[in-house]
Amino acid sequence: MKQFLSFLQKEFYHIFRDLRTTLIMIVIPIVLVVLFGYAITTEIKNARFVVLDQSRDVTTRHLIDRLDANAYFDFYKQVENFDEIETLFRQNKIKMAVVFPPDFSKNREIKTEIQLLADASDPNESTVLIEYATSIFQSELRRNSDFTSVGIVPVVRLLYNPQMKDAYNFVPGVMGMILILICSLMTSVGIVREKEYGSMEVLLVSPLKSVYIILAKATPYLLISFVNILLILGLSYFLLDVPIVGSLWVVIFLSLVYALVALSLGLLISTIANTQQSAMLICGMALMLPVILLSGMIFPIENMPWILQVLSNLIPARWYIVALRDVMIKGLGIIDILPELTILLLMTFFLILLSVKRFKTRLE
Amino acid sequence: MYVIEAEKLTKRFGNFTAVDQISFEVSEGEIFGFLGANGAGKTTAMRILCGLSKPTSGKVRVAGFDIYKQTEQVKQHIGYMSQKFSLYGDLKVWENIRLFGGIYGLSEVQLKEKTDRILGLLDMEDKRDALVDSLPLGWKQKLAFSVAIVHEPRIVFLDEPTGGVDPVTRRQFWELIYQAARRGITIFVTTHYMDEAEYCDRVSIMVDGRIEALDTPLELKRKFCVENMNDVFYSLARKAQRGE
Amino acid sequence: MNNVQLNHITRSYGTIHAVRDVSLDIRSGELFGLIGPDGAGKTTLFRILTTLLLPDSGEAKVCGLDVRKDWKEIRGIAGYMPGRFSLYQDLSVEENLRFFATVFKTTVKENYDLIHDIYVQIEPFAKRRAGKLSGGMKQKLALCCALIHRPRVLFLDEPTTGVDPVSRKEFWDILSRIKKQGITIIVSTPYMDEASLCDRIALMKNGVCLRTDHPATISASYPHLLWAVCGADMYSLLLDIRAYPETYSCHAFGDRHHLALKSGKHEMNDLKHFLQGRGHSNVTIEPLVPSVEDYFMNFEEDKLCM
Repeated sequence: MKQFLSFLQKEFYHIFRDLRTTLIMIVIPIVLVVLFGYAITTEIKNARFVVLDQSRDVTTRHLIDRLDANAYFDFYKQVENFDEIETLFRQNKIKMAVVFPPDFSKNREIKTEIQLLADASDPNESTVLIEYATSIFQSELRRNSDFTSVGIVPVVRLLYNPQMKDAYNFVPGVMGMILILICSLMTSVGIVREKEYGSMEVLLVSPLKSVYIILAKATPYLLISFVNILLILGLSYFLLDVPIVGSLWVVIFLSLVYALVALSLGLLISTIANTQQSAMLICGMALMLPVILLSGMIFPIENMPWILQVLSNLIPARWYIVALRDVMIKGLGIIDILPELTILLLMTFFLILLSVKRFKTRLE
Repeated sequence: MYVIEAEKLTKRFGNFTAVDQISFEVSEGEIFGFLGANGAGKTTAMRILCGLSKPTSGKVRVAGFDIYKQTEQVKQHIGYMSQKFSLYGDLKVWENIRLFGGIYGLSEVQLKEKTDRILGLLDMEDKRDALVDSLPLGWKQKLAFSVAIVHEPRIVFLDEPTGGVDPVTRRQFWELIYQAARRGITIFVTTHYMDEAEYCDRVSIMVDGRIEALDTPLELKRKFCVENMNDVFYSLARKAQRGE
Repeated sequence: MNNVQLNHITRSYGTIHAVRDVSLDIRSGELFGLIGPDGAGKTTLFRILTTLLLPDSGEAKVCGLDVRKDWKEIRGIAGYMPGRFSLYQDLSVEENLRFFATVFKTTVKENYDLIHDIYVQIEPFAKRRAGKLSGGMKQKLALCCALIHRPRVLFLDEPTTGVDPVSRKEFWDILSRIKKQGITIIVSTPYMDEASLCDRIALMKNGVCLRTDHPATISASYPHLLWAVCGADMYSLLLDIRAYPETYSCHAFGDRHHLALKSGKHEMNDLKHFLQGRGHSNVTIEPLVPSVEDYFMNFEEDKLCM
């Protein structure tokens, strides 16, 4: 234990004596939060929708068929009431709901409206969905002469994120990125640096257990990422007005689990790379890019070719971002994100197992 | 005629005086040994002479050019080789010669002629296409030296060129140095091998930023009443106060 | 009693043979030198003995422990100072020492007597970052760190390379003092003049061990009569001696040339005349006791090592 503590102390010396790097680790999150505050366009394919058809006549059925026929939308099912819609949204089963008022066709002379509901915790996606659905309905109704005289105004109700703030979308994404960056990159570089400077040789020749080396290397960065989690949450809460609807503790717990995945990825990389440069390259190419491109942070996973969709399942950030959105913005509890948590924990377990196996007690 | 003239050359880092008012001249074709303990200020002084760093004060002329204002001309007329980096290990032998010749603006004809001459001189014709990393250290260093003087500079600076090189190749390296000196190239060399200090025309020994002795090896030995350069060095550097 | 044993150790990296069939017996309490230039295979041998590398074939034992099976035990009793400066540059002298003490499950206090002599020399800089020390100081600190757990065998890989002659001499003085504590020391160096400071040496070149013996025995077994030649213009003197038909080999050695002739008994006046004819008037020729370096270079000339 004393060996471990003294190793840990040494790690903190390294970090605090390299103030520039430490500052960068603190400043990067701030920069990214600001940077990603701006526009990311999205395109949607096969978004599932449900229909609450209180009219059930020829016209509504025709409109549903038209919407279903469109490449952007997939009819999921008919529902009976609003509560059911709410539940389906919470379960992430659907992206949009269409509500036809009772006697839709009969009341066409008087003012009538179709309601479109979308989940605005992903604001880009929901806006696009609503726009598409509206235009499809309008052109369809215009073609039918009976309805041309009637102005039909689809009413858009956005659940969860009524002001449609992008921040709601990107804050989880930035968290996903920052934690990967700090935990994986810094841990792997930290370990590889000892290989490069030759101090690893001495450590290996000592009776120090390799588990201690690994743990002591990872702990400081886990702490720094904790600071970063609080920093980003604070920034988004006070600066960008992103509410934390769910429990703050669940958010923090989830983020720490994710940080663990990132740390174990860093450890794995350190067993592969022999120079700090290559560790950085691997982290950049093999971690950062997939996080940005495949996690659903910027590009909706539904729009990707199937092969990329399959690949995205391997990206820890994907599960983290989904779960974080659920908790932070939708206000779901820990039970609702259990699947994501389980996946992340399994990933950690597997990665650590692999890195401990690969960690060499000898050179080369 | 002097190729290097330094007068009260001083370099300070903050309140630390790395090089403290050193003055010396080096003549054309001279082999000048620049010795000193680790941290005596050798590297700093050498950097200044190569135009890599500006002195805090003092007058320095290298190859007739002022080190403050004419850094570019200075660089055109010097060659440099260090123990740590000399050639690109992942390039072939001829590619390295070509690269460094090209950097100094040699023409296509000159490059070809130089490459052949260097390889012939080093007895390395069959190694033309070998990667530099695959050569033994001694060969690498001999090649590096030849490359450092590929543009026929007035002066070549050698920073511990023979560290770790085997005894036979080390001596062959010095023969290359002699040949270059005979062609009029001034050699400015640092080394930790004291037998190599004996091969120099004149030797300066730096202690704590100052030149404590400067003379021919013979005179130095006579002055300190000792048998060899090792003892000369020892009696001077032992007094050193500072680390780095 | 043998403390470190190597039996037919071979190790290659890809197609390069770093070490070929090396066998050594190093006695307990001995100051043993691995002497050879860069690329001789010294570092590879150290890494095998410190269990950092596995040999391709052959056996190696440290204090009776096998480097393959008992690597954990060896790591507890060996002190190792790698060739590259292996301390933490951003940690102070004290912090480095304390860190390595805890890593080896001991305290600075416990074994302070062992390093006291060396440590007092760097103590004035105890608070200074290791990266800001001079080369000689760094070596001393690294040595303290390697000694702090009172190892039974100390492996020093080129501790004096790139270090100025004064610090080198000090370093060797320290080694002889450590030896008195009964610690076996294996040290490698490319400086041939340091060979005479060891109890026994192994001469190495290109991964092969050329010869193992006492340095004095090795230099005494130099096969030729050796002469020291001095003159005014040393370089042209060297060229002219080589042009002399009876010359077997001639090398510069500081302020003199070491000359070996083809036939053992030879009249030196003949050579003097030859050199006078080439313009060397004040030539002195004296018999000379060969050194390890002479032996090593002769080995190469005879191409026996290839």
